[in-house]
Amino acid sequence: MDLLNQIFIAPFVDMVAAPDFLLQVLWEGLVSGVLYALIALGFVLIYRSSRIFNFAQGIMVVFAALTLVGLHAMGIPAWISVILTLGVMFVLAVSIERIVLRPLVGQPDIILFMATIGITLFLIGLGEIIFGGENKQMISAELGIPTGDTVLEPWGGLLILQHLDITVVGVAVVLVGALLAFLNYTQMGRAIRALGDDHQAALSVGISLQTIWVLVWFIAGIIALVTGIAWGARAGVSFALEVIAYKALPVLMLGGLESITGAIIGGLMIGLSEKLFEIYWGQPILGGNTETWFAFVLALIVLLFRPQGLFGERIIERV
Amino acid sequence: MKDSQGYVTADGRQIGGVLMEMKNITLKFGGVTAISDISFDVREGEIRAIIGPNGAGKSSMLNVISGFYTPTVGEVWYKGAKRPPMKPYEVARMGVARTFQNIALFEGMSVLDNVMTGRLTHMNASIPAQALWWGPARAEEMENREKVEKVIDFLEIQAIRKTPVGRLPYGLKKRVELARALAAEPSILLLDEPMAGMNVEEKEDMSRFILDVNDEFGTTICLIEHDMGVVMDLSDRVVVMDYGKKIGDGTPDEVRGNQDVIDAYLGVPH
Repeated sequence: MDLLNQIFIAPFVDMVAAPDFLLQVLWEGLVSGVLYALIALGFVLIYRSSRIFNFAQGIMVVFAALTLVGLHAMGIPAWISVILTLGVMFVLAVSIERIVLRPLVGQPDIILFMATIGITLFLIGLGEIIFGGENKQMISAELGIPTGDTVLEPWGGLLILQHLDITVVGVAVVLVGALLAFLNYTQMGRAIRALGDDHQAALSVGISLQTIWVLVWFIAGIIALVTGIAWGARAGVSFALEVIAYKALPVLMLGGLESITGAIIGGLMIGLSEKLFEIYWGQPILGGNTETWFAFVLALIVLLFRPQGLFGERIIERV
Repeated sequence: MKDSQGYVTADGRQIGGVLMEMKNITLKFGGVTAISDISFDVREGEIRAIIGPNGAGKSSMLNVISGFYTPTVGEVWYKGAKRPPMKPYEVARMGVARTFQNIALFEGMSVLDNVMTGRLTHMNASIPAQALWWGPARAEEMENREKVEKVIDFLEIQAIRKTPVGRLPYGLKKRVELARALAAEPSILLLDEPMAGMNVEEKEDMSRFILDVNDEFGTTICLIEHDMGVVMDLSDRVVVMDYGKKIGDGTPDEVRGNQDVIDAYLGVPH
């Protein structure tokens, strides 16, 4: 009886009793959800244009953040470091296309997937050699990311919005919006989408595989840098950051690997639901720390009913 | 009938000089010879057909023209110059557009977006300019859009502009594919069995569109087709292939009277 009460009644009583706290939980869920969505977008873009599941997305986040911090440590002004880091990510995209992808064109997906694991290991090694393995501080202040917070008092309660979080959400929304516009309303964006649909047809209308792949990996690099800055500002820059990429996996399972909308909605859903579950169910009933696994369980349940994910392409075989 | 100045067809159309010439093309896959020593030309403004029984090597020939295959031996001459080995997308950028036998469209995208990809060969604005939706890129997008709308109008697919291609019936998909190829304003348009799998009515529609395209835009068309009746009505000159060899070349009437051709189609033992 007591357990039923804890599951079905008490959480909702708490929510109604302290709506300001509920808002706080939702806000924090939204912030992590936006970041999950951003990482998932990196995966989706590469998958859509090349059918590669890019295992290296996580390490690209770390590598971008490390490069930025490392360049700044050499005495280069913060914003110039950002531009140089973008340059590094571009060079990385070109090298990956040239050295890894091009020789493997036409190979089965699993081989390309293995190749991205190789890229991951390589980048871990390279990152450690150049920048060392120790934890670093993100240069948030130098980049002008505001600190401090705004305190609101809804219903006489308390709602604290970190300025860092507001900035992160703002930047992410702008980035995602720009990306969607680019994909939907420009010829290059159309080419990216087209390539994912049909390679042969794409070639026949003059789309170069190589150009698009470099472009897509570069966009994934830009996303990695933004995620790296945002996450690094909260948790410091270290190789442990790579783990957040795995947080994008349940998002992808939920949203489907092909769908950009799916990545965004999936990310928000996971961010919000894992925070809600942790606070209202996880801590009282299970003793907390449910955030590490809740997303995966949620994804598993969705997959049971919709194997293609919530927004994935339904595979219809016509005979 | 043939000279460097071209010729005049039975219905009075002026055909120009040689646009593309295949010289002694041989194509081998390992031990299999798909095409052996075939030469023919395609002239400006004409409708040129390649016909032949199943497995004759017609599609392989089209793939050689469009750069999907590189011939083992032989040369492709295009607009008076020998064409070096090229990737398919480079060939496309030189003004060669094509459709596929098994329809290769971007299923997840709308009809309009599909046809818009046909304009990619005319894209000049840089990627950053496009990303920023900056002046020239924007003007270019508008201009492309205008051209595309014309093609959509011409092929009478206005009603399905916003429909995802995956949802369309077969006959319409074929038409969308033709629209995408046309949007590129190609110098030469390659059609791989444009009427395969269609019913009589759809075939008539498609024939009309092919003739109209040729007439209205003066587009040179090279097509592969199974349906003999359709081919003979449509084309100005016909190449006949069998077992990778050329067994006939000429106007539909000349080809029809050719004994080798008759044998190939009636199945005389080789």
